[in-house]
Amino acid sequence: MGLTRKDLLRMQELTADEIRLILDTAESMKQVAGRDIKKVPALRGKTLINLFYEASTRTRMSFEIAGKWLSADVINVSTSSSSVAKGESLKDTGLTLQAMHPDIVVLRHPASGAAEFLAKQLAASVINAGDGAHEHPTQALLDLFTIREKKGRLEGLKAAIVGDIAHSRVARSNIHGMRKVGMEVRVAGPRTMLPCFIDRLGVEVFTDLERAIADVDIIMMLRLQIERQQAGLFPSLREYSRLFGLTLPRLKGAKSDVLIMHPGPINRGVEIAPEVADGPYSLILNQVENGVAVRMALLYLLAGAPQAG
Amino acid sequence: MRILIAGGRVIDPASGVDEVVDLLIEDGRIVRIGKDVRGARSGVQGAEPPDASKGRRSKAAKNSESAINVDRVMDAAGLVVCPGLIDMHVHLRQPGREDKETIATGTLAAARGGFTAVCCMPNTDPVNDTRSVTEFILDTAKREGAVHVYPVGAITKGLRGEELAEIGELFESGCVAVSDDGRPVMNAELMRRAMEYAGMFDLPVISHCEDLHLSGNGVVHEGIVSTELGLHGVPSASEAAMVARDILLAELTGARLHIAHVSAAESVRLIREAKARGVQVSCEATPHHFALTEEAVRGFNTNAKMNPPLRSESDRQAILAGLRDGTIDVIATDHAPHTAQEKEQEFDVAPFGVIGSETALALTLSTLVASGVLPLNQAIAKLTSEPARILKLPKGRIAEGADADLTIFDPDRDWTVDAFGFASKSRNTPFHGWELKGGTVATIVAGKVVWEA
Repeated sequence: MGLTRKDLLRMQELTADEIRLILDTAESMKQVAGRDIKKVPALRGKTLINLFYEASTRTRMSFEIAGKWLSADVINVSTSSSSVAKGESLKDTGLTLQAMHPDIVVLRHPASGAAEFLAKQLAASVINAGDGAHEHPTQALLDLFTIREKKGRLEGLKAAIVGDIAHSRVARSNIHGMRKVGMEVRVAGPRTMLPCFIDRLGVEVFTDLERAIADVDIIMMLRLQIERQQAGLFPSLREYSRLFGLTLPRLKGAKSDVLIMHPGPINRGVEIAPEVADGPYSLILNQVENGVAVRMALLYLLAGAPQAG
Repeated sequence: MRILIAGGRVIDPASGVDEVVDLLIEDGRIVRIGKDVRGARSGVQGAEPPDASKGRRSKAAKNSESAINVDRVMDAAGLVVCPGLIDMHVHLRQPGREDKETIATGTLAAARGGFTAVCCMPNTDPVNDTRSVTEFILDTAKREGAVHVYPVGAITKGLRGEELAEIGELFESGCVAVSDDGRPVMNAELMRRAMEYAGMFDLPVISHCEDLHLSGNGVVHEGIVSTELGLHGVPSASEAAMVARDILLAELTGARLHIAHVSAAESVRLIREAKARGVQVSCEATPHHFALTEEAVRGFNTNAKMNPPLRSESDRQAILAGLRDGTIDVIATDHAPHTAQEKEQEFDVAPFGVIGSETALALTLSTLVASGVLPLNQAIAKLTSEPARILKLPKGRIAEGADADLTIFDPDRDWTVDAFGFASKSRNTPFHGWELKGGTVATIVAGKVVWEA
């Protein structure tokens, strides 16, 4: 049975059951990656367009591989090679895409709400691959998948999301997703990078990293955008990493079986010390690997599976 | 042309009148106010249907000897007759962006909303910072406009916030205030000089209060909705910090300061305190700021994107309190037309602004009067005598000898907002589909019916 919704735009709108369905489906999809012939015919004859208005390596590749392993025809459109450079509006791009009858459009866009906007223009399913600082639901789903795989469960686990919460779509999607599956969520970062009323999303707020990570099961570090320094949000990389960088000595205060996550790409030595990123508790590469399985599951559930009802 | 408005509930906040009387209009003026002005209420004329004179003069009226002859009788029984509404904050977009609005369509939209006069902000292209632009606006309005148009001149050349515009000449050519609306004058020294200079002509300085450093690239109120939607927020302090600065500068210079589109509770508090100290400060609130909150933005609704942004419910409550206690003098629309294709974009990219001319009266009646926030006569004052007082316009009152600018509205008419039926060229309203109470029946400018339901 597939998802009954047309689009996947945000974790905020998913139910816990839908999240479970996606994660369960991803488990069987993950087996494809272990095969000699990495191809199943689930999306044969379906067209997937990856429409990327922002630079991205892992997310775009992940969707491309997911589509290809499911036998979909995959087209990649990026800003450098499209009519976007000619100033075409997102609405007109949407109408143009619609005329080519895609089944799924994956959108990465710097403006919050862009995926919702495009979804209204298109009969095709739209998957939000990150819109501004709003949401990045497939990242949250692959994070949940990775946590469940390692811990065997989600409910009752405690996670700390650390860094620039204000500008992070990964943080927002994970907050919603983790809360829905019964996890406890903390956010930590400099006061300048914590958005107002974030506690109303059901999270505990910290500005002290050591206290935030003291008794959590998962530490999720966010990538620091270096250019935020110019905006006055932190004084220097040096001070940022002194206060909010995850280092081995800091980890000593955490649980012995704590798991370290990062959506990538990482700034080694800034938000995360190399020995932590490469250490035994790091799930960073598992996240990348599972991203393909989770995206296969989504593509299948939105476009390939027999629809419910 | 002689028109009798018969049997309406005449409300004139300036004189305190609120009674059922007739008004007789002749040659653009109100010539008589009283009960049974024609002196023949029981005669043939009284039975005349209200629109009998639309195309031809009523024989009954012509032939009557016992009564005053009139060309038209408008039956206003059950309706409110008030001074013509004045909207002291609109963007008519002409010259420069006639695709969004023109003086013709913008004033027709105003007339449809019950306004008989509008003040148009100077952020046109070219900017209204010279006599020639002011004269163009006044000439075009005279030829094509449905209602009176009072231009607001720029404070600084090109609205660049660098050098004073020729405010003296703008005043001489007909500007009734100066403003860089759409942008703040960030340089406090320049704002000080603008206040001193405009003070020579007793022109109010209308301030768009926004600290551009604090607002940054914000597109919505900084609050729970900006946090959830991942949109850059504009903190209330961005407005309030400038309100505080401008109040201090008004105290320093003795100038008359008018704060445009107050949106934040902190601003209301600062203005209330300043008024108590005797500072010459007045302010306005828009219907969207008293009727809506940041919640209207959910779903990335670009028709709820404006500057200043829709704020929280507690801010909205502060606006209502400010309207009630008189801190907020005026209701003005900040009518800001934009084309559909401009609004049908990503939220970050879509322009700021919503139209308001054709919904303001009904929103005032539905949101403020029906709910008991304001008595009807005070609500009308904020749309008539108050803007007239601030701008020193010889308008906004009903008296024998006064200009016959009048609005007739039905306070009980229920209607559904349909943006596609608007007279405005643009459709960017957050109120499309709203059920409102109270509608314009007729708008009379200088004794002529310029719009009629």
